Amino acid sequence: MLSRTADNLYWLSRYMERAENLARILDVGLRMSMLPHLEGGAVSEWRSTLAAAGGLAGFDAHFDETTAQHVVEYLAFDPQNPSSIRNCIKVARENGRAVRTALTGEMWESLNATWLELADVHPQNLERGEIAAFLDWVKERSLQFRGSAYGSMLRNDGFFFTRLGTFIERGDNTARILDVKYHVLLPQTERVGGSLDHYQWAAILRSVSALGSYHWVYRDNLKPWQIAELLILRPEMPRSLSACLAEVNNYLDRLALAYGATGETQRLAGQLHAELRYGRIDQIFQAGLHEFLTDFIGKNRHLSSEISTQYLIG
Amino acid sequence: MRGEAERFFDELGAVENPRAAYRLLAEWLANTPPEIFEKRRQNAEILFRRIGITFAVYGDGGDPERIIPFDVIPRLLDAEEWRFLVRGLEQRVNALNAFLHDVYHEREILRAGVVPEQLVFQNASFAPEMCGVSVPRNVYTQIAGIDMVRTGEKEFFVLEDNVRTPSGVSYMLENREMMMRLFPDLFAQHRIAPVEQYPEALLETLQSVAGPYCDGEPVVAVLTPGHFNSAYFEHSFLADQMGVELVEGSDLFVRDNFVFMRTTQGPQKVDILYRRIDDGFLDPLCFRPDSALGVPGLMNAYRAGTINLANAVGTGIADDKEIYMYVPKMISFYLGEEPILKNVATYACGDPDTCAYVLENLSELVVKEVHGSGGYGMLVGPASTREECADYAERIKANPGGFIAQPTLSLSTCPTFVGSGVAPRHVDFRPFVLSGDRVRIVPGGLTRVALKEGSLVVNSSQGGGTKDTWVLEASEAPAGPADAASSPVDTSMEQ
Repeated sequence: MLSRTADNLYWLSRYMERAENLARILDVGLRMSMLPHLEGGAVSEWRSTLAAAGGLAGFDAHFDETTAQHVVEYLAFDPQNPSSIRNCIKVARENGRAVRTALTGEMWESLNATWLELADVHPQNLERGEIAAFLDWVKERSLQFRGSAYGSMLRNDGFFFTRLGTFIERGDNTARILDVKYHVLLPQTERVGGSLDHYQWAAILRSVSALGSYHWVYRDNLKPWQIAELLILRPEMPRSLSACLAEVNNYLDRLALAYGATGETQRLAGQLHAELRYGRIDQIFQAGLHEFLTDFIGKNRHLSSEISTQYLIG
Repeated sequence: MRGEAERFFDELGAVENPRAAYRLLAEWLANTPPEIFEKRRQNAEILFRRIGITFAVYGDGGDPERIIPFDVIPRLLDAEEWRFLVRGLEQRVNALNAFLHDVYHEREILRAGVVPEQLVFQNASFAPEMCGVSVPRNVYTQIAGIDMVRTGEKEFFVLEDNVRTPSGVSYMLENREMMMRLFPDLFAQHRIAPVEQYPEALLETLQSVAGPYCDGEPVVAVLTPGHFNSAYFEHSFLADQMGVELVEGSDLFVRDNFVFMRTTQGPQKVDILYRRIDDGFLDPLCFRPDSALGVPGLMNAYRAGTINLANAVGTGIADDKEIYMYVPKMISFYLGEEPILKNVATYACGDPDTCAYVLENLSELVVKEVHGSGGYGMLVGPASTREECADYAERIKANPGGFIAQPTLSLSTCPTFVGSGVAPRHVDFRPFVLSGDRVRIVPGGLTRVALKEGSLVVNSSQGGGTKDTWVLEASEAPAGPADAASSPVDTSMEQ
C-alpha cells in the first residue's frame, strides 16, 4: 500500500486513541477535584491531570490560573492545544478524509459523524454537570470507531498499521498516567489518612478502566505495587505496557510475514516486549519506578519513529 | 407561470395526459403528499453529509464542505431516447478523439481548411509537447462528459464537450443509491437500467489503454490534487470502487523514465494514471514550475510511453468553446457521417460583424467566456438587467475574441420538489462516455437542475442541484448488461 496511506491510518488511530485517553484522564481529574481535604487542594490535582495529558507547559502559556473550567477548556476544546480532544478528533478526521479509500464505509461514517456532532458542542454552553456526559460520549465514539475498524477492515497491511497506531499510543498514555502519579505508589511515601491514598490509587485504575479488573486479578484490596504490576507487566490487562507491546509485536510480525522482510522495528519491539514480559515488579521498584517509566516512554517513541522510517516515509 | 409552462418543453408533459415514460411517475406525484418529499429530502441530506459527499466552493466565504442540493424526483428517459443519444455520443466522441490525434500528428483537418489553423495554434490549450507523441490506441479522451440540453420531443443539443477532466459521475452513482433507498416501491415499479457497473467499465477502459511497457496486469492509480480539491470525494470514491490506489503527486516519483508509487514495500511501477489534475500542474519540469501537485519527470515518461495518462495531455484543444463550433464538421471529415447530435448555434465575437450582431442582440443571447467554465462570468441576456447587459457589453468590446454567444435555449423542464410543492424547473444532462478498446456508455448520467424559478443556470457553483436520471429499459427486452445499448465500436482511426 501507499506509504502515505499507511501513515495516515497509523496517525488516525493514534489520535482517536489519544482523544479517548484524554477523556479518561479528564474524567478522573473531575472526580479527584471533588474530594474533600485533598492534599495540596484541587489545584495540585488539576496540575497533575495536565501533566498526565502532556499539556502543562502549553496550559501555562495560555492561562494564569488553574481552575477546573480552564483545564477542561484547554484539554477538551482549545484549538490552540494541538492535543485537545477537539483537535485530536479533527486531525483524525482529516487523516481519514485524506485516505478515504483505505477506510471502510463504516469507519468513515463513524469518524465523520463524531466530527459533525462535536461541532455542536460548545464549552461555554457545557454546564459542570454535563462534562462527564461529554467525556463519556468521547469514549463511546472512540470505542465505536475502533470497533468498526476491527469489525470491517480487511486483515491486511492497512489493518496492521491501524492497530499499530492504537497500541503505540495506548502504551505511551498508560506510561504517562502512571508516571504522573508514581509517587503515590512508592512504598516509602505511605501517608496517614489511608482513605486519600485509596482514592488516589483508585483514580489511577479508573483512568485506564482497570478498577474492576484489579479485583478480578488480585482478589485483594488496593496495594500500590500490585497496581503498578497490573499496569506495567500483566499481559491480561488490555492497557498494560506489556499488553500494548504484545500487540505491537504481533502486528509488526504480521507485517513482516506479509511483506516477507523484517527490519529494525521488529527487533526493537521484540526486545522491548521481552523486557516487559520477563520483568518483575520488585526489580522495577528497586531500579526506580520513575526511571523505568521515563525509559519506556523514550523507547516507545523511538520504536514509533523507526516504524515511520521503515514503512511510512517510503 | 402559465406562460412559462407553454414556452418550455416539459418532460413530464401535461399533468392530465403525461408522456408515456412519465405515466407512473405522474401518478406517484399526484398521490404523494408534499410532506413526504420534504421528509425524504431531509433524509437524503443527512445521509449525504454523513457519507461525506461534499464539494468545495472556492472563493471568499465559500463552504469547504458543501452539499449539492439533491432533488428527490427522478428524471426519466425512455429506451428509444437513450439509444438515440448513445449513437450520437459515440459518434461525437470518436470524432473528438480523431481530431486530437490529427492535430498532434498530420493536421489534415487544418490543411484541408476545415478548422482554421489559428484557432488551434494560438490556443492556450494546445500542447506542443504532444506533437508527434503516440498514445495507446490513439485514444486521447478516455473519459468524456458531454453536456446536453433538450428543447423538445426530439430536440437534443450538445451544449459543451468536456474532454479534460470531467467530473460529476460520483453523483450519478450516489444519487441512484439514494433513490433506491428512499423510494424502493417507485423504483421497483419501473424497469430502470443499472448504472452501478460504471467503476468496472472505467477500470476496463483504463486497463485497455496500458502502454507497450506494461507487463502483466496493468497497474492503475487515480491521481488527485488532494482533499482540498472540490471534487476530492469523487476521486476517492472512484479509486475505492475500482480498487486502485488514490495517489497524490508526492506519492509518485520517476526513476529511469518509469513512474513509481511509494509503498510500504518499496517502489511499485504504475502503468496508467487516471489523473484528475490539470495539464499545467502535472509536471513542474515541463509546465508550471511552482506546482507542488505534480510529479517531476512525469511528462518525459509519458512521452516515452512508459506510462499512460487518462485523459491525455492537451485534450483541452478539443473542448474549447470556439473549437466546439467545428465539431459537426469534424464528424463529417473523420467519419464521413452526418452528425446525429446537433450543436447550438454559436457566434464567435472575434469576428467584427458577428460581434456587432451579438452586441445588438445582447438581451436575447447567452454570452460566455471562451475559456471560462463552471457557469462563472457568463451573461444570460433575458434574465439580466439593462445595466448588467451594458456592463457586459463593455467587457466584450475590450476583448471580443474572448467571448462567444449563443441563442437562449428553451431548456426543458422536469417536475422538481421546491419546498412549497412540485413545480417545473429547467434541467440539463451530462452522460459519461468511456473510450478505450471500445466505447462504453453507462445508461444514465448527471441531471443538473436549476432550483431557482425561471433560472437557466444549472451549475452547482451557482445554486443548481442534481437529480437521479432513470433510463427505462424497453419493456419487451430482458434486462441485459448495462452497456448493451452501446454496441462495441472500434476506435482505431485511419490515418
